[in-house]
Amino acid sequence: MNLIVAIKLVPDLVEELKINEEGNFLDLESLRLRVNEFDEHALEQAILLKERGAGRVIVIALDGEGVEDALFTAAAKGADQIIKLTGNTMPLVSNHTLARWLAPVIKSLQPGLVLTGVQAHNDLDGPLGPLLAEYLNLPYVGYVAKATMKDGEVEIRKEYPGGLAAEMEIDLPAVLGIQAAEQPPRYIAFSRIRQAMKTVQLEERQIPDPFIEEPIAIARLFQPEIGERAEIISGDVDEIAARLVDIFTDLDLL
Amino acid sequence: MAVNPVTQRPTFNEIFYTSLQKLPDGERVRACLQCGTCSGVCPFGYLMDYPPSKMIAALRAGMFDRVMKTDKVWMCVSCYACTNSCPAQIPLTAGLMTRTKEELLLAGNVPVELQDALENTQRYGNPMGESPRKRAAWARGIEPSVKIMSQINRPIDVLWFVGDYASFHPRVQLSSRALARIFNLLGVDFGILGHEENSDGDSQRLAGERGLFELLVDKNSKAFQKYQFNQIVTADPHAFNALKNEYPKLGVNYPVQHYTQYLSAKLDLLRPLLRHEIKARITYHDPCYLGRANGIYQPPRQLLQAIPGVELVEMPHSAVNSLCCGGGGGGMWLEGYQWEQAHARLSEWRVREAVAIGADILAVACTYEIPRFEDAVKMVQKASRLVIRDISELLLESIGE
Repeated sequence: MNLIVAIKLVPDLVEELKINEEGNFLDLESLRLRVNEFDEHALEQAILLKERGAGRVIVIALDGEGVEDALFTAAAKGADQIIKLTGNTMPLVSNHTLARWLAPVIKSLQPGLVLTGVQAHNDLDGPLGPLLAEYLNLPYVGYVAKATMKDGEVEIRKEYPGGLAAEMEIDLPAVLGIQAAEQPPRYIAFSRIRQAMKTVQLEERQIPDPFIEEPIAIARLFQPEIGERAEIISGDVDEIAARLVDIFTDLDLL
Repeated sequence: MAVNPVTQRPTFNEIFYTSLQKLPDGERVRACLQCGTCSGVCPFGYLMDYPPSKMIAALRAGMFDRVMKTDKVWMCVSCYACTNSCPAQIPLTAGLMTRTKEELLLAGNVPVELQDALENTQRYGNPMGESPRKRAAWARGIEPSVKIMSQINRPIDVLWFVGDYASFHPRVQLSSRALARIFNLLGVDFGILGHEENSDGDSQRLAGERGLFELLVDKNSKAFQKYQFNQIVTADPHAFNALKNEYPKLGVNYPVQHYTQYLSAKLDLLRPLLRHEIKARITYHDPCYLGRANGIYQPPRQLLQAIPGVELVEMPHSAVNSLCCGGGGGGMWLEGYQWEQAHARLSEWRVREAVAIGADILAVACTYEIPRFEDAVKMVQKASRLVIRDISELLLESIGE
């Protein structure tokens, strides 16, 4: 069975995010990308399933700065096949577009189970998993924290807010949105990644329809603005404390 | 009857034992007399399932797989106490312990805390996961300004390799700023690499990440090659050790000094500037990678003694017998793991010694140590009046700037 993992690059928040001159997108010059952390968990869960004999792991990602390193790292961790989707001309595409590009490729790989991170911090238009499931016409369950294969089904543990959890059985093929793998994503020695770069074949596939019209256009992107009623208190610790006491007293809170 | 030769694949034990003997001085492992001094002197030997002497015994017995199944090797802080005391002069720290950690890492037997530091180093070039673009941010506002090599178009005398903690840790940054001001006052023609500097990689290497170390050597080497300078100076003993002993093995060869060596050689210029008395009992902690690993004991003491008013006192464990602060060999990134295993912190043992001899100030010369000992002071009873200072900070205080 093929376990397909879709990973995507997102802005790395270690760098301050800047907005471009047009005010409608992030400044690409200062942007640093990394693999979405939830996708790293999706990969870990897939590798764990493979180690228990579930099948082959195929990792697929859209081209972008650093994506080859991410794919070779996945190969070093145990992925059997790594695929880069090329032909994209846009900086960071929406999940609607990404799902439309990924779906036919995933379909051609005869998926048994598709795993992806349950969310990413740049999902402006909904997470990738449900969109993929829609285009592939497969069932979807998100917020999954554990998955086990059993007789043509996958048994999963889904997490709900408030500490609730549910166990479910899903017919295969299916799409899972992974919240957390059963164990933290493993560390792989750099020498192993370097070895993978020398020995593993990186497969390239052309995006089926690169000139897609994005369904969502950003009208304006801006930093949080200071509200009119906000008061910035300055001074030393005693002055600030005294002013806070005044404010709380005026508001009848003290 | 002729017996067909049977070719058997060598076991992991055999492969590992052979690889160990091929390292520099590695054949000495065969001379181990099982005296157990290494295990006795190891600060965490008492809780290791297999302290160094027992590891060698296991190797000889063909039972090294048992060592590989425990994770206690990660308690090793690469402090060179074992190597230093071995009568057979076996390279225990550089050979046995580091090679074992490499194998554990390849096998995926790594505490999660350590994984984070290694992943950060891969991704950002520093173990704390800070933005590499902000590597020179500590130097902002210093006058005359600290020169960044990519911004000046000329050769320079001293290339200051700042290092990870000295660049990014908010407390250690203060000692970097002190050293920059001393360099300025002495008229040193110096520059830093800024965002082009990567982690020296020595602690990652000693934590078993050889491949990552090689990647970092490659990156730093490319940065060094871009510029002209006469020598490297660093305040980080781990960077010093790497640049002096490990980079040359990979063909990267530059003269390097720890800042205490560099400044003690300039004492004639420095001494007239040290005008203000520091009336205090000061004790000095020898960092493993300045002391035991590289034999540098006097320059830091010379600097402290040059400060008027200072009474320099020694702790019971000093110089070659110095106690490790617990941060070496990956220990810097295994704080939680070490606590879980030992319920003790080496930095606290050290602080207790400083308190016991009535020291007012514990002086350090390693960029790992200020935060480690300041944290320990908060935990040790009767230690609250012990002040932790880098030697550069004490010098600047005496200068009165």
